[in-house]
Amino acid sequence: MAIMTDTVEEPSAPPALKATAPKAGGSFARYLVTRFLLIFPTIFILVTLVFFLMRVTGDPITAALGGRLTPDQLAERIAAAGYDRPVIVQYFEYLGQIFTGNFGRTISDNRAVTEVLTTYGAATAELAFNSLVIALLIGIPFGLMAAKLRDRWPDAILRVFAILCYATPVFFAGLLLKLIFGVWLGWLPIAGRAGINAELELTSLQNPTGIYLLDALRSGNMEAASDVIQHAILPAVALGLLTAGVFLRLVRTNVIGTLGRDYVEAGRSRGVSEYRLLTKHAYRPALIPIITVMGLQIALLLGGAVLTETTFEWKGLGFMLAQYLTARDFVAVQGIVVLLAVIVAVTNFIVDIIAALIDPRVRF
Amino acid sequence: MSQHGTPKIATADGRVLSIEDLQVTFTTDAGEVDAVRGVSFEVAAGEVVAVVGESGSGKSVTARTVLGLLAETATARGAVVLRGNNMLALTGRQLRAVRGEDVAMVFQEPSTALNPVYTVGWQIAEGLRAHGKVSKKQARARAIEVLGRVGIPEPEKRVDYYPHQFSGGQKQRVIIAAALALNPAVIVADEPTTALDVTVQAEILELLREVRDEFNTGIVLITHNMGVVADLADRVVVMYQGKVVETAQSLELFSAPREDYTKALLEAVPHLGRNSASAGMSERSGQDKEVLVEATNLEITYPGRMGTPAFKAVDNVSLKICAGEVYGLVGESGSGKTTIGRAIAGLNRTTGGSLKVLGYEMLNFKERTFKPLRQEIGFVFQDPAASFNPQLSIGECVAEPLLVHRKVTPAQARARVDELLEAVQLPKAFADRFPHELSGGQRQRASLARSLALDPKLLIADEPTSALDVSVQAKVLELFKELQTELGFAALFISHDLAVVDMLSTWVGVLYRGKLVEEGIGSQVMSNPSHQYTQRLIASLPVPDPVEQAIRREAFLKTG
Amino acid sequence: MSTTTTSIGAKKPLADRLPIISHLRMSAGLQRGMLVAGLVLSLIFILAAALAPLIAPFDFAQITDAEGDFPTQAAPGGKFIWGTTVGGFDVFSRTLWGAQTALLVIVMAVVCSIFLGVFLGLVSGYIGGWLDRVLVVVADAIYAFPSLLLAIVMSIVISQGQSSLWGGIMAAAISITVVFIPQYFRVIRAETVRLKAEPFVESAKVVGASTWRIMFKHVFRNATRTLPLIFTLNASEALLTLAGLGFLGFGIEPTKAAEWGYDLNRALSDATSGIWWTGVFPGVAIVLTVLGLTLVGESMNDLGDPRLRMRRKKKRTSGKGAA
Repeated sequence: MAIMTDTVEEPSAPPALKATAPKAGGSFARYLVTRFLLIFPTIFILVTLVFFLMRVTGDPITAALGGRLTPDQLAERIAAAGYDRPVIVQYFEYLGQIFTGNFGRTISDNRAVTEVLTTYGAATAELAFNSLVIALLIGIPFGLMAAKLRDRWPDAILRVFAILCYATPVFFAGLLLKLIFGVWLGWLPIAGRAGINAELELTSLQNPTGIYLLDALRSGNMEAASDVIQHAILPAVALGLLTAGVFLRLVRTNVIGTLGRDYVEAGRSRGVSEYRLLTKHAYRPALIPIITVMGLQIALLLGGAVLTETTFEWKGLGFMLAQYLTARDFVAVQGIVVLLAVIVAVTNFIVDIIAALIDPRVRF
Repeated sequence: MSQHGTPKIATADGRVLSIEDLQVTFTTDAGEVDAVRGVSFEVAAGEVVAVVGESGSGKSVTARTVLGLLAETATARGAVVLRGNNMLALTGRQLRAVRGEDVAMVFQEPSTALNPVYTVGWQIAEGLRAHGKVSKKQARARAIEVLGRVGIPEPEKRVDYYPHQFSGGQKQRVIIAAALALNPAVIVADEPTTALDVTVQAEILELLREVRDEFNTGIVLITHNMGVVADLADRVVVMYQGKVVETAQSLELFSAPREDYTKALLEAVPHLGRNSASAGMSERSGQDKEVLVEATNLEITYPGRMGTPAFKAVDNVSLKICAGEVYGLVGESGSGKTTIGRAIAGLNRTTGGSLKVLGYEMLNFKERTFKPLRQEIGFVFQDPAASFNPQLSIGECVAEPLLVHRKVTPAQARARVDELLEAVQLPKAFADRFPHELSGGQRQRASLARSLALDPKLLIADEPTSALDVSVQAKVLELFKELQTELGFAALFISHDLAVVDMLSTWVGVLYRGKLVEEGIGSQVMSNPSHQYTQRLIASLPVPDPVEQAIRREAFLKTG
Repeated sequence: MSTTTTSIGAKKPLADRLPIISHLRMSAGLQRGMLVAGLVLSLIFILAAALAPLIAPFDFAQITDAEGDFPTQAAPGGKFIWGTTVGGFDVFSRTLWGAQTALLVIVMAVVCSIFLGVFLGLVSGYIGGWLDRVLVVVADAIYAFPSLLLAIVMSIVISQGQSSLWGGIMAAAISITVVFIPQYFRVIRAETVRLKAEPFVESAKVVGASTWRIMFKHVFRNATRTLPLIFTLNASEALLTLAGLGFLGFGIEPTKAAEWGYDLNRALSDATSGIWWTGVFPGVAIVLTVLGLTLVGESMNDLGDPRLRMRRKKKRTSGKGAA
């Protein structure tokens, strides 16, 4: 993950995809359309890459069931699933299927991949959202503080904190959190999304959103809600801290950049207070690159989610992905990876549009 | 807020600012550096005091101390007394109360001094809000009022515009408006017109003059441009290496400078109409010689990006440069002058018409076929700091053309490098130095040496001295002239500075928005321009002589 | 002027050109503290890796010795100073040997990705055109995707899962390489595109230097100035990716080499029963190594940028201080 390179690239340019952002006079609508169209090559490239990489090792049936079935049974199943045809034919067939929303059926437990995606997607979304909130709440104010107090003690401490957040693998952070708050102090549950009772009640609801906290609040079950919150804290903190470190550095670097600009000095020459110079005059223009790079961190968040979910047995897409990987169920893996690629591409699109909207040079 | 419109008079003798024995020290990689060493001067209400000096004279640092703005690595001693307050002794809160209210600042680069993500109205209101409670409505009304005052048309509407929606000159007006918002006693203007074209510069200087007269504001004008000083200043403080060399009334300073440094400085300033290279000529010289460059209806268009229309940088230009001739190309920013120079050197593609360079049609440009001709063309870039590879020594840089085009041994290359450095009056030992170890003027000499390494027929000089101080510029220009006479190469001399172009070139072309509006013998174009734009351009150029400039200014204002 | 005629120009003193040493010389205050701390941690990591065979009391896969089988899940103390794991491995030995695995993977991964990434970035950025556009879209797509997932997919492709020491190390290194190429590519390409517009490159063009000469003599040497920095930063990412792979069970087999991520995975169930030593030691090893490498990289970044560099601000009594 490109976590640390953001400072390196800061002087040169945002990612090349963004190089197409129009300068003064450009039409925003046109940018919107062009940027939207860029989503597709991104997804297409990842789908292609993953598909061919997975097929280099052979067909999915042998990978998943090889050794458990006789060669004849294997051959039969391979032929039935069409895996004996040329790879390129399978590839175009797969593309067509994806386009119609058909991701196939898993090999290990014979479920529709789309069903797996919808069942477990909500859990991952909940985890990602919680961590993002923690990351923003820590990253932005402390990043501003570090920028303002640059090269003094608080800054040094915050920077080391940020590096520690990044240097600690999520699963180690998770292990420590479990050990301290779960085992030694006994304050919080160490695994799962909810206690058994709450889980049963929540899954038996009519039209659940899958996001337990929402479901609990909607059904007015306060006991379940409190249980869900308790379960959510440790995983969200583990993943949130990782992202917070990145955000803190990002805010710090960019705000240091804008604090040195003439317009901040101009504000100072008019008697504007240092606090306002920091939170308005320097922060707002810094926000454009900050948001753009934050968008790229969605990848970090999703990668971290796989590890976090495994650590905390949080039954989301990442947890299932690890399960299917171990089972060598490549149809399921492919499906999850494609969905993640779509999420990444769409998030980056939205983030770029938000960044463009903040920048009046693009808007007008 | 209550004092809007009422001039703030300071002490009984009218002094609003007095600087006493100011010393500023910076901490750098090389240790402590004294940037300002014992500077004293005063400013009265309604007076423009120009602080002039070359780079490193400490003039900007001095100016910023008036607002209490010091870099973190700097320490200041002495006193900067502004309406009774010593700015060096105030606390942060007190400083903020004074800034904007008693003293305001106008910056050099209007495009970076305005925050790109806020409207100009918001930025002006920020200053008002910092000094007591004002409602949004009041702040907005005041912003509209000052914007109107500095000549922004339709201020009610444009108060909600973002900075990028204004032109460079208008942005500077906005910044002056923000400075005027609280009607300060002193305005510090740090090179307020350096980033602007001359015609815009004349308008901004006029605005500053009105501010002084109307609001009785004391103005500290920081500049390196003696023409600007002659135009606006009542009194002049000349600084050199952190010290005040001479302080005098403007008229006195220009007519009878006392100190040697001042004399040398004034001597070095190019003065339009003096030292013309084409003095006494009546027809274009060297027309019988070989034609090196011939442009016929040349067009150069930059493709538009994403929804913006294509931009025509050069539009239907026809010109001719003959062997041994110095062709001066003048124009303001965006006139296309640099584009033409780069196209001749094969750095830009042409898109229409015809451009023949040494007989080669640039419309069908192919690097492979053009390469042999490159040894006949030298190029001197504007920024001497950026035009040398920082990883290579000066010797390696100067030898580059030899190594590319001639099969030479390192020893031969070295001998030629020594010869070239000698020709541009640099010590041979400089071959072993790295670009960052040379001063700007030295680098530009080395750049000249590199461009002449293969004895080219044609030299293209793109604003070769605009990044240099006047005294250095004078020496580089002199060297250029000597070498041109001695070696007899033809040159395309590109500059925005009419006086400099006139000093060097016999034939001058004037570009305006991509079109060649006028061409002629240098001295004739300068003294008797025929096109309306050239007339305006020449009229707006301030000359370093207050008396002459006062007359020129009147004439310029009449042309409107 | 006593230089021989064979050289056209002289070089800067060696000490000013070596990356880390020159940085150390110009550092000051807190920045110097961070750089020194980073260097010390990195050095300890490298020493641990190099001297593991000498320091470690046991082999990484050893579960018995002359005195019999090792106890399982023994608390730290006595013969096993950091305790033993559920499988009877000595935690101290495995942590040390883990440094060796980590160092090998980091070096191989970073070296491979530097060569490919730099070359592609340079060519793509300088030559431009459709090749550039395609490479940029591909690199951006890969860059935006969770690198750990790609690394897992790669490691499955390469090794079909777990494997031997060198096979495992190669698999991990290549997986990480593939993931990192886009990063180097993007940095070097951006720098190349910037340098391409610099007057000194244009000046070489006007002189008539060939494309390859410009690319390697003028652009390459300037574009790669930041490489030591990227090297240190990516080294830490390589280590984290390796640990992530190991944690999910796509690393190196425990009997073939010691690997911190794998050990942490095994320690996860220990933590539930309050056994802390099996997880904390390898975990702290990862944290300290990444911290050290990142501090070095960060400090180099700040020191290389004059705007971010701190100066010694002292009132020296008599001008000349120590150099």
